[in-house]
Amino acid sequence: MAKEIYTKYKMAKYLRKEALPTALCPGCGGGTVLNAFANAIDQLGIDPRDLVVVSGIGCSAWIASPYFLADTLHTTHGRAIAYATGVKVGLPDKKVVVISGDGDLAGIGGNHLIHAARRNIDITVILVNNFIYGMTGGQVAPTTPFGAITTTSPYRNVEHPLNIAETVTSAGASYVARWTTFHVYQLIESIKRALSVKGFALVEAISQCPVQFGRRNRMKTPTEMLRWFQRNSVLISKARNMSPNELEGKIVVGELVNREKPEFTEELNSLIEEVSKHYGLGDNNAD
Amino acid sequence: MPMRKVMKCNEAAAWAAKLAKPKVVAAFPITPSTLVPEKISEFIADGEMDAEFIKVESEHSAISACVGASAAGVRAFTATASQGLALMHEVLFIAAGMRLPIVIAIGNRSLSAPINIWNDWQDSISERDTGWMQFYAENNQEALDLILIAFKVAENERVLLPAMVGFDAFILTHTVEPVEIPDQEVVDEFLGEYVPKHAYLDPAKPITQGALGFPAHYMEVRYTVWEAMENARQVIEEVFDEFEKKFGRRYYMIEEYKTDDAEIILLTMGSLAGTLKDFVDKKREEGVKIGAAKMTVYRPFPIEEFRALAKKAKVLAILEKDISFGISGAVFADAGRVLVNEKEKPILLDFIIGLGGRDVTFENLEEVVEISKKALVGEKVEEVNWIGLRKEIL
Repeated sequence: MAKEIYTKYKMAKYLRKEALPTALCPGCGGGTVLNAFANAIDQLGIDPRDLVVVSGIGCSAWIASPYFLADTLHTTHGRAIAYATGVKVGLPDKKVVVISGDGDLAGIGGNHLIHAARRNIDITVILVNNFIYGMTGGQVAPTTPFGAITTTSPYRNVEHPLNIAETVTSAGASYVARWTTFHVYQLIESIKRALSVKGFALVEAISQCPVQFGRRNRMKTPTEMLRWFQRNSVLISKARNMSPNELEGKIVVGELVNREKPEFTEELNSLIEEVSKHYGLGDNNAD
Repeated sequence: MPMRKVMKCNEAAAWAAKLAKPKVVAAFPITPSTLVPEKISEFIADGEMDAEFIKVESEHSAISACVGASAAGVRAFTATASQGLALMHEVLFIAAGMRLPIVIAIGNRSLSAPINIWNDWQDSISERDTGWMQFYAENNQEALDLILIAFKVAENERVLLPAMVGFDAFILTHTVEPVEIPDQEVVDEFLGEYVPKHAYLDPAKPITQGALGFPAHYMEVRYTVWEAMENARQVIEEVFDEFEKKFGRRYYMIEEYKTDDAEIILLTMGSLAGTLKDFVDKKREEGVKIGAAKMTVYRPFPIEEFRALAKKAKVLAILEKDISFGISGAVFADAGRVLVNEKEKPILLDFIIGLGGRDVTFENLEEVVEISKKALVGEKVEEVNWIGLRKEIL
């Protein structure tokens, strides 16, 4: 079975075979995200040796680490973007990608997400939003839909979820898109664009967690969850003409923003050059 | 009548919290402790527990919310482990410095890197200098009892320091054992309602907590924390006595097992103490004069009890699931401080064992005894020994 996958699955060349099969639960959307990411890398012709993939803690942090065959830095809970900022400043020529979950990047690490976007540092973040803390057993997250059942909101969630893509757009990112694991081709296209733009890019990938979220919310199977994504998604062009009431509980998908803005590491390096020149200091980039 | 139920240690900790009636519980999920707040949230949702449960966005926020609650004069509780406790680090100092009697249940787990979710004590041991008292449970019953004891000691006017109660990840947190749940009325008598008699935030009498302490005052404030920790020794003894009277179970700072005529004594903390007792029985049958000891209280360090234990042994072997890189295990380093000026002292040996969930087997313990025996007959042995290392992959 495993061998067959290696010969038939074209993206297998991007995977660390000795680490497979993945630790993800059957039906998890993480595999779809991994597949979309590999396809995007493949279609763009990016050499994996030019990639540094950083992740935090949680199920979605496992999507790239250890399975994706590139340098991967597996870090602490919530701080992946802070680590990635260091990597990007140190190695500005590399493509630095963060793949991690909603609880990790928007919950405990939300501050880093906002400030990396504000700084517009050239990092691509694939934020896998499954509405729940999956790894620890399905506790309520800052992304859990209003009214949803979780292990720590057994009757219903009385808090409203954070709109991640909208927040990051407001914070100043160059590129922001949101799709679900139902929209595989659109997801690949957006990841490609996110990897291509200069500046902070976020792709929020709404993903199914049938084990911890679905089964407590009347969607026991991955198929039911994907159907929910299909039925419940509204294209952003359509959503612009809808009232907040009409949009309650909907998933707005599409590209939220794609704009050119000064990028942090470039600005930083040109500032260093400028100041060095002003004070007659030597070539700062000399080894 | 006390009720006996079969439960995981995490549930026992949640039951302890329920019995202690904190007004605020703030927690963030982390393996292996998640079940503690999960169970508490059930108690609260079912109306069995009257507390505010705050689902915060990080452990840093969890302990910060507890500091806020405790500073406002109510009993506060949380649970965490490993990286979660490490993330709480800066706030732990603040809780102790503000003299807030918060209690944390810790499912003792290793620290990254590499990521590892299994048992050792590196998380709480690394917080030994924060000014928190530390208790370690051997089994689920002890975890429940020690949480109640921790509240009682922490809230004592002579102490007023926060406390953490550690129990081994998975070995205890996820293992079911019969646990006696004390009657609520007896716990109420034991703990009483928490009425802060010291300074707390009361809008009627405004004060500032945690403000700047200039060099002219800072050292004195820190000294009072030292003093409180020193006072805690006596208070812990008193509370152990009272606990025994109320609940019939006796605790000791250091509990000894077959140590009276022992030449070699193995000392440890947590669930490993149970393994040691079985091992000692086996070795006794083989005619080896060996005993075991369990340290239940690590901070304050049981200095006198440790010295008394040391007097009985020719070789005192410390088995610990932590390492302070560049010196030794933390308990061994502390033990050195305790014995340094003693005229008669045993050979003290350190055994680093069971890190990151590595099982501690009788074979490992045989190795400990072999090294100890060598030391006993005057052979030179290493002071710090890593036991059970897979040398073939190094």
